[in-house]
Amino acid sequence: MPANRFNAFTDLGIGIGLRVPHYAHILNKKPTVDWFEVISENYMVDGGRPLEVLDKILEQYQVVQHGVSMYFGSTDKLNREHLKRLKSLVKRTKTPFLSDHLCWGSVDGTYSHDLLPMPYTFAAAKVTAERIRQARDFLEVPICVENVSSYAEFHASEMTEWEFLSEVVELADCGILLDVNNIYVSSKNHNFDPYDYLNGVPHERVGQIHIAGHSKFEKFILDTHDHPVLDPVWKMYAHAIGLCGPTNTLLEWDAHIPSFEEVHGEALKARKFLEELALPDGRLSPALGPGVSQPKGRG
Amino acid sequence: MVVYPRPLGRVCPSPRAGAKQMHQTTQQLRRLQRKTLGAIRQPLSSDYEMETVRPDGKPVAAEIEKFIKPNDRLSSFERLEIYNKQYWFRLLDCLWDDYPGLRAVLGQKKFQKLSVAYLDKYPSRHFNMRNLGSRMEKFLREEPRWASPYEKLSQDLARFEWAQVLAFDEAQREVLTPADLAGRDPGKLKLHVQPHLSLLELDYPLDDFVIAVKRQALRGDASNAMAGKRKKRSDKAVSRPRRQRVFVAVYRQNNMIYYKRLAEAEYKIICALRDGKTIARACEVASASTEQIGQWFGHWAQLGWFVKP
Repeated sequence: MPANRFNAFTDLGIGIGLRVPHYAHILNKKPTVDWFEVISENYMVDGGRPLEVLDKILEQYQVVQHGVSMYFGSTDKLNREHLKRLKSLVKRTKTPFLSDHLCWGSVDGTYSHDLLPMPYTFAAAKVTAERIRQARDFLEVPICVENVSSYAEFHASEMTEWEFLSEVVELADCGILLDVNNIYVSSKNHNFDPYDYLNGVPHERVGQIHIAGHSKFEKFILDTHDHPVLDPVWKMYAHAIGLCGPTNTLLEWDAHIPSFEEVHGEALKARKFLEELALPDGRLSPALGPGVSQPKGRG
Repeated sequence: MVVYPRPLGRVCPSPRAGAKQMHQTTQQLRRLQRKTLGAIRQPLSSDYEMETVRPDGKPVAAEIEKFIKPNDRLSSFERLEIYNKQYWFRLLDCLWDDYPGLRAVLGQKKFQKLSVAYLDKYPSRHFNMRNLGSRMEKFLREEPRWASPYEKLSQDLARFEWAQVLAFDEAQREVLTPADLAGRDPGKLKLHVQPHLSLLELDYPLDDFVIAVKRQALRGDASNAMAGKRKKRSDKAVSRPRRQRVFVAVYRQNNMIYYKRLAEAEYKIICALRDGKTIARACEVASASTEQIGQWFGHWAQLGWFVKP
């Protein structure tokens, strides 16, 4: 199940985000890494060091693109220049699939450069799904949408976030990039049980999982990607792969970035959970296999 | 081409009714998003908090309560304030990185006020934050008061520092070779220059100045390992440049950004070539010996500035 049509039937293993402070280490030492996720926008330029480094990385590694500004939930028409540049990068990286966020961030052509939460309405789901379809038809690669962490909710919402995510991906017939850290952060900010979320999404559509660290403040949690993954998030990850199967997994670390070894080492902790999931003969453990529900209140 | 089956969805209206319904729902969503982004884009107070009163005198909280839910710890206002702060911190950081020289000339407070005014008038209109500062020089020409009393210096700096953004990641096109030029008539031949090359006429020697500012910042970074505060003094330590007309090329080679001083005649000739004049015409725009012009062409070719059309 984890290698599915939403991730182009890939079974990539455990990857990390390609970040500038690690360029020299990766190019010189050529460490063994299952795959790298690149932020598409960093390479949607015409030349210079970013593209040169990317080309060298592509000679050695599998790369998957992750975007931050498609804003599927915006109401503006899809930006043709954006799509053309993205498609040109898709051809360059040969990414098997790509991901961006289930959010909005621009209106009337003005960009916030933030991942703003959606009002969870049926109407918004329809608008969003239509844009995902249009983007996928143009880009000609499968798309996975990622749930964002959020700090505010709209009165207009008619359903939970996971119901909205499910509605969008069913209407768009696309995949899910399930960010378990974002679920944890939002669950604390909006007082819901993160396991209800994990149990409530269509697991057969999950093409990739994100894990990351976050920062706790007095009255809310911020998704800062500047720490190791915290225990409650690892527990959720174990539960998620129990439901979805051993899925392409990616650690995000975007601020106060430590050494390459530290980041990669943190990502590889996921291996323990993946190994626990598999029986000695390689089959999934029935106790952790897909469809097993988790008691509420954990995490 | 990947073909995906379309699910039936919840309602199957006629195509015409479906389009109308879609238009209405899109309009509704757009109104909510306009309201939200409008609140997020409101400049922060001097204490970096969300303003409590709108420019028209109405309380901000009452407006936000209409569309944002509170929770048991945060009011609607406080929840949206998180996004309001993130918006400004993220965008101001971007300009902070792109314009170190301008920041050094104006000082941090004045640079921040300029940045807020700039983003208020010219919010981001591009999906890539790389282009956020593209209209800074235009803004400084339109509203020079934000840089007073260093109006001209600031405009030159904005142009010079934006040229570095272009030099960093604009295209490097295939270089013209002597074979491409063999037998061509200079009276008809036009040359094209690298997209990453900017040719600037400046009233201040900003190449030296920006190098000094960056060196100073590096020293500040090295001595700031344990400090939690921002480097406040290091920016101002470099003296503002004195007026001196210079001609500078900003370009990229082997992924490094370089500045090259040009003679006035040299600058005029290569600008004329960039702007589409033939070689023969371009050489007429400035007075220089044939030998000198030949040397300049040799340098430009060596630097790979001319590209295949």
